[in-house]
Amino acid sequence: MAVTRQASAVLLLALACLPADAAILPEDRADALYHSYDGGGVEVTGPSILVRKGDNKNFSVSANYYVDSISSASIDVVTQGSPYSEQRTQKSLGVDYLHGDTIMSIGYTNSDESDYKADTASFSISQSMFGDLTTVTLGYSRGWDDVMQNGNPTFDETVDRQQYRISLSQILTRSLVMAINYENVTEEGFLSNPYRSDRYLDGAAFVFEPENYPRTRTSNAVALDMKYFLPYRAALGLGYRYYSDDWDIDSHTAQIDYTHPLGERWIFELVGRYYTQSAAEFYSDLFPRQDAQNFRARDKELSRFTDFSFGVGVSYSLLEHAWSHIDRAELSLKYRRFWFDYDNFSDLTTSAPVGQEPAYEFTADVIQLYISAWY
Amino acid sequence: MKTTASLVFIVALLNGCSSVEPWVKPYERTRLADPIMRFARDPVSAAYDNHIYQVREGARGAEGGEGGGCGCN
Repeated sequence: MAVTRQASAVLLLALACLPADAAILPEDRADALYHSYDGGGVEVTGPSILVRKGDNKNFSVSANYYVDSISSASIDVVTQGSPYSEQRTQKSLGVDYLHGDTIMSIGYTNSDESDYKADTASFSISQSMFGDLTTVTLGYSRGWDDVMQNGNPTFDETVDRQQYRISLSQILTRSLVMAINYENVTEEGFLSNPYRSDRYLDGAAFVFEPENYPRTRTSNAVALDMKYFLPYRAALGLGYRYYSDDWDIDSHTAQIDYTHPLGERWIFELVGRYYTQSAAEFYSDLFPRQDAQNFRARDKELSRFTDFSFGVGVSYSLLEHAWSHIDRAELSLKYRRFWFDYDNFSDLTTSAPVGQEPAYEFTADVIQLYISAWY
Repeated sequence: MKTTASLVFIVALLNGCSSVEPWVKPYERTRLADPIMRFARDPVSAAYDNHIYQVREGARGAEGGEGGGCGCN
């Protein structure tokens, strides 16, 4: 009982410490984006429409409509199946509620494609404190996926997903801001891809067999991002993320970006990103025999690999002055090139002897063109 | 006893926060308020970037994106 009273005192004191300054909701804006990904035999294009509108007081509502139109002849498809085309549609709705220094957000996302359906509900609470120098956000998401297989109507599996997030945003100086993000993800269900196979050695040849993944996966990721305002009005960003999961995948991500306004109407951006990961413990490019182990995978996303990307972007302010209900508008174009380099995932499209195939590698080009309006 | 001591310590710590003065005053945040200082200046673009990473890399999380779907065969 005494402990309960003391805990109440702690809570009251904590609340008393919170300043009266108000947090702010995201600004009202609408974005219409066209995206294009072309690499490794895969082409993905489509629109993304994001609209946000608030009541200028306590509420802000956002909605997103996103489409991936996929045409795939990837290395997996070429070596294990036949090229295909399909479409994925994703719809999201979110509501933010501001009360004093607190923002509470709820969201719902539905993703639909011919052989995969996903629903995600999320909640987060964000608190500004210490004169708005510090913002702490706690978030939770729950996802329910249905996994199907085209051409096999009896195949019906599910995935349950839970995500816990905590983030801290901190103003350090008049020119430097920092953010730390931590996220835990747990998944349970059918986590492999029903179309992919591993392979095992059979004499001088190899034979494909169905993959078999564990039915649970838990991961932890922590990221540190910093943004520094350079004296001549430009911004330098640095980011690092460490990731680890119970499939024995460890990864490191590093990113640097530079934003440079030119005059009143132009903003130029440069970004470089490096990613590296170790392989899952049950991954093998070539198993020694059939059913060599209980869990088996040959997904390139679970292999040991690195990727590097470099991007440029430009934004142009379309309006010199506010026009009608639109305060300002921008047209943006971004281009990014990726280099994927796999260490232990072989390119089976070559005619090399089994086990001596060269490691797979590919490049991808990504374009984003979008128009944004603030009102 | 340990719990009580811990609570007293936390209370003392939190009590101290009422005297924490923001070392960067609101009128000194002009640079920080510049849109170029945002971690994700355009949310629609940042969400798309994160989707690309999630589909083609083994790691996930701590990037601020929501899940849902794959499109990765």
